[in-house]
This record gives sequence, structure tokens and C-alpha cells, in this order.
Amino acid sequence: MDLSLLSQYVVNGMMLGMMYALVAVGFTLFFGVLDVIKFSHGDVLMVGAFAGYTTYLGLEAAGIHNPVVQVVLLVVASAAFVAALGAVIAKYLVLPLSNAPALNILLATLMLGTVLRESVRLFFPDGSNPKRFPRLLPDTVIPIGNFDLRVDSLMLLITGLLVIIAINTIINRTKLGLAIRAVAQDAETARTMGINFTLIVLVTFALGSSAAAIAGVMNGLYYNEINFGMGLLLGVIGFASAIVGGLGNIYGAILGGFLFATLQTVGAVAMPFASAYKDVFAFAVIIAIMAWRPTGLIPEKTSERV
Amino acid sequence: MSTKPESGAATRAPGPALLVGLGAVVLLTCYIVAFLMSEDESVVAGLIVAAGVAVLGAYVLGLLQQLRAAYRDHERLMHAAILLGILVVAWVFREDHFTLLMLTTAMLYMTACLGLNIQLGYTGVLNFAGASFFGVGCYTAAVLGSETAIPPLLILPIGGVMAALVGSILVIPVLRTRGHYAAVVTIAFAVLFRTFLQVNDALGGPQGLSVPQMSLFGWGFNSNIEVGDFYASFYMNYYLLALLLLIGAFALTRRVERSWVGLSMDATRIDELAASCFGITPSRWKITAFMLGNFMIGVAGALLGMMISFIAPANFTFADSLIFLSIVLLGGMGSVWGIALASVIVVLLPEKLQMIQEYRFLLFSALVILVLLFRPNGLLPRGRRAYFPDWRPR
Repeated sequence: MDLSLLSQYVVNGMMLGMMYALVAVGFTLFFGVLDVIKFSHGDVLMVGAFAGYTTYLGLEAAGIHNPVVQVVLLVVASAAFVAALGAVIAKYLVLPLSNAPALNILLATLMLGTVLRESVRLFFPDGSNPKRFPRLLPDTVIPIGNFDLRVDSLMLLITGLLVIIAINTIINRTKLGLAIRAVAQDAETARTMGINFTLIVLVTFALGSSAAAIAGVMNGLYYNEINFGMGLLLGVIGFASAIVGGLGNIYGAILGGFLFATLQTVGAVAMPFASAYKDVFAFAVIIAIMAWRPTGLIPEKTSERV
Repeated sequence: MSTKPESGAATRAPGPALLVGLGAVVLLTCYIVAFLMSEDESVVAGLIVAAGVAVLGAYVLGLLQQLRAAYRDHERLMHAAILLGILVVAWVFREDHFTLLMLTTAMLYMTACLGLNIQLGYTGVLNFAGASFFGVGCYTAAVLGSETAIPPLLILPIGGVMAALVGSILVIPVLRTRGHYAAVVTIAFAVLFRTFLQVNDALGGPQGLSVPQMSLFGWGFNSNIEVGDFYASFYMNYYLLALLLLIGAFALTRRVERSWVGLSMDATRIDELAASCFGITPSRWKITAFMLGNFMIGVAGALLGMMISFIAPANFTFADSLIFLSIVLLGGMGSVWGIALASVIVVLLPEKLQMIQEYRFLLFSALVILVLLFRPNGLLPRGRRAYFPDWRPR
């Protein structure tokens, strides 16, 4: 295999890894504060992509054609809309169910994902067909040897990295992050220390959801196509990544996301005769890892209480 | 539940309770016939509202408690009445292909969900890949039916064994993981299985495979029944066989539940640590439940495959697994009659609401969310285990 093709695989894999990591970070944040899995996360990502697309259409209609302004507004609008959506889901579905068995929450949020998916399919104009996402980033290339590095990929990768660093900084360096970590560690004690539990939960869900929205817009900008079903597989992969990394740990989520992308890429590169099997290979390895490390690669610190 | 003093007395008197029970079965049979016959959407909507009002009214009048008492005290008679009701429904619709297909599908879904119930409702083993094991049964029927000369009746149990064998790959990760970590194992398997079928050319790829018909003693199931003046749709064959299968699965589930096996499984679900303190080996019962459940799912899948005669990977997606799971949760975990009710609702309701065909997934998901929010134990929650045969709750 020549080097340029290999580099192409590497860039593509990093792109996928970044998206998976952004989704997985959301899962792990939600699990941290409430010990719940919100499975509608993948479809929230899809809603984010469609919100971005709608913003683009609105800006075009309003006569704003500057791509830089468009991209910035698109990301901001999408992230803000989805953050609100995430908070609403947390308030009206997840919090009322937070004392129910874990399976009930899992199923309720899975069904919510279906509701979101079907709503976009039925109520978005011509929602059942894939939408062409606009190519807003510069399509110039930087030639490195005989490999052409696309500038838009580079920009997306840097953006993703910045988002992850920003979330990490919020969690570990700010007062808000301190409150989130306190709630994650012990909700009851956090309450007695004067932390507004409900508010922190809602903010955390908003934060995680907006990360998913950015992943959705990234997905649209990278593949130039979005459709109503794009969230399902991304959600499953994000969940698997968060679990394999170890729930409740932001580094675990990042590790899991990139691990899954690596597995897919390796599956495609190592088995050129059967690259269609790359997802089968990746999920099989995930199952094997779960058998080997049942609580993830970076396990939570728990002890059996009797 | 409010326990009025006179209702306790009413459950003692067997006469009226039995009458109420048999009356309920007759009413239910008539209702199902009327529901299946109604073509107009407004009639369907009216019938659904009527059912809600009737259940509420029966609850207010204390008839539901009598119904419960009738079932508890005269179980055999009630079972016979229900069986008769199912046969009456089949007789009424004997010439109607589509209705029989729907009813048979509902029965096979219920069989599969009884298997899922042993895993999830009794033992607490998460299985998000129900449709995948269902698919293993279907594909086994397709491959064995067309490539070998194995008698089709034997293919049904082989389909179940294959599903259990495929499931055994997952036994180690399922045993070692818990909670959300266990969920990911079967979710990953569900996605893996579907992708595998999609890209595997030997199994037909995305186009799928055709499944040969069921046949018994030289009688092909895909031919209509015509004896003199009597005529019945060929789906009647499958209806009756599916009914037999369902009775088997039902009897097995009830026996398991009432035996020490079910007790051990319940203990495993409720508290593994406490169970192992009492000499129960949790992993033993988890493996038993997982294998047995997958076997039942696989058998049901093999028969469904033969009936619909054509299968494709799109039938066995993660979303289909969720439908199985929501039947179990809607009905009430561990509740056999709840699962019966939920399978009928989940299979028949969308077909009857053709007008809102486009919106049925949306409405269905919203319905499940509402049930989970407002009735978290399901429509017919499982009653408390009766430890002594004649013991009555006071």
C-alpha cells in the first residue's frame, strides 16, 4: 500500500474518532451526574445537523452568503438549539425517571430517539430524503509529498480538538465544573453544600448535547450529506465507545472513540478483500474487550456494597 | 391497590367469580373479532376507547379482582375457555389471509417474548439482540430447508438450537458485565449481526433468502385447506402450529416460574450476592436463562420465516429487537399475560391504524414512553409469587 492512501485512511480515521469521541463524551457526562444512559443522544446529534442545515437555509434566504459568517452562525445556532433540547429532555424525561430501573430509562430514551427520528422524517420538509449539506469550508489542499491534505479536514479536526479541550477545561478548571464533579461524586452531599442539583443536571445535559450537535455539523460538513437515520449508528458507536473506555471518565470516552475509529480503519486496511466487514470486526473486538475488561478500559472505582 | 373488606369476601365465593371470568373470555373473544372485522378508522378508534372505558368500569365495579380470583381458583377451566376463544377467532377468520397472518405473527412474537421474558423478567439478563436470535432461527430454516432434506418439523428445534449456540458466543461477556456494560454487549451484537447478514453473500446479502414452506407428513403448509365445502386459508396451518408452539412455550414458562428453577432465577435477578449466600450459583442460572430464552426465540423465528417465506437482513435490525423488548416492558416484566396483551397490541394496533400508517412508529414510541413514565411496571404487572398452593393474599 502506498503512503498517500495510508495517510488518507489515517486522516479519515482521525475524523471518525473525533466524532465518536464527541458523542461518547456526552454519554459519559450524563452518566456521571445522573448514573443514566440517555440513548437518544445519537438522534440528538442528527437534530443538531438538521438545525445547522436549517440555519444555513435561513441565512441564504436572509441574503447572508459569506461562508465564514455562515459556518460560525450555523455552529452556534445548532449548538444552542440542541443544548436547549438536551435540557428539555433531561427535565421532562430523564429526571422524572431517574429513580426507575436502569432498563426503563434506557428504553424510554431509545424510544425518544425514535420519536426524534420519525419527527424529522415526517415533519421536516422532504425529510425522508437525504439532504445535501453545503460545502462551506475552503476546499484547498496542502500537498505533503504525493498526499493531499484537505484543509477542511484539518479545520474540522482542530475544531473537534478545541471542543474537547474546552469541555475538559470546563469540567476540571471552572466553578461550574466543580459543581458537576461534586454532583457526580455524591448528589446528596452536593445538595447540602448548596449546589442546585436540578440546574447542574440540566446544564450538564445541555453541555453534552451541544457537543453532539457540533459532531453532527462536523459530520455534515465532512460528508456533505445528512439524513434522518444518521444518528442511530453514531449513537450506538458513541455508547459503545463510552462503555469500552469506562463510564464516567472523560478520557475513557476519548480513548474509546478513537479506539473504535482505529478498529474500523484497521479493519478496512487489513482486510482489503473484505472491507465491508469492518464494522463486524470493530463490534466483535468491542465484545471481546468487554469480556476481558467488564468495566471498561479505565474502570470506575466502585466497591460492592452489601 | 385498595383492599376493600367485601372484595376479600367476594374472592372466596367461587360461583360468581368463575362466571365473571368466563364472561370476560367471551367478551374478549367478541371484542377481538369485532376489532379485526372493523374496517373504518372511526370504528377502530371507538372500539379502543370502549376497551379503555370497559376496563376502567370493571375496575370500579371490582370485577377485575373477581377475574383475577377466577383465574387463580379455576386455572384449567379458564385456560380451556381462552383456548376455545382463540379457536373461535380462527374459525371466524378462516378465509381471511391477512387477518390470520397478523394473528399468527402476534402468537410467534409472543412465543419469542416469552423466551426474552425468561432472560429479562426472571433472571435479569439483558438481551438487546432478540431480533438477531429470531433471525438466526429464520436463516437456519432458510438454509436447512433449501439445502438439506431434514424434515421441516425438525428444523424448528434446530433453529432454536442454532440460536442458543450463536448466543453461547456471548455467554462470557454477558456473565462478566453488569448493568449498562452488559447492555453494550448485546447491542453491539445486534448491530454486528445485521451488518454481517448485509455483507455476507453466501446468505443472500441485502436481498435476503427465500424460506421453503413448512410441511408435515407430506402436507405442504402453503396450500389452502379444502375439504368438500370447507375452505380455509393456508395461513390456518401456520396459525394452528403457532398455537401449539405458543401453548408449549406458555406451559414451559409457567412451569419454570413456579418451580425452584424460577425461584433461583428470581433470586439471581433481585440480588446476586444474597442469592449466592443461599447456595444459588448466579452464573449457572444466567446461562440457563440465556440459552433457554434464545432457544425459544429461535424456534419462533424459524416458524415465522417459513410462514412469510422470504427474509432479509432488514427484518432483524436493532429496532426490531427494541420492539421485542418493548413488548416485555409494556406487558410488565415477568408477567405472562401482560406479554400476551402487549404482543397483541404491538402487532395488531399498527396494522389496524392504516390511516396513520406514516405516523405509527412515532405514536408507538410515544406510547411506550408514556407507559414507562406513568405505569413503570407495565400494563399487567406480575403478581407476587404464591409460595404455597392454597395461600391467599389477605
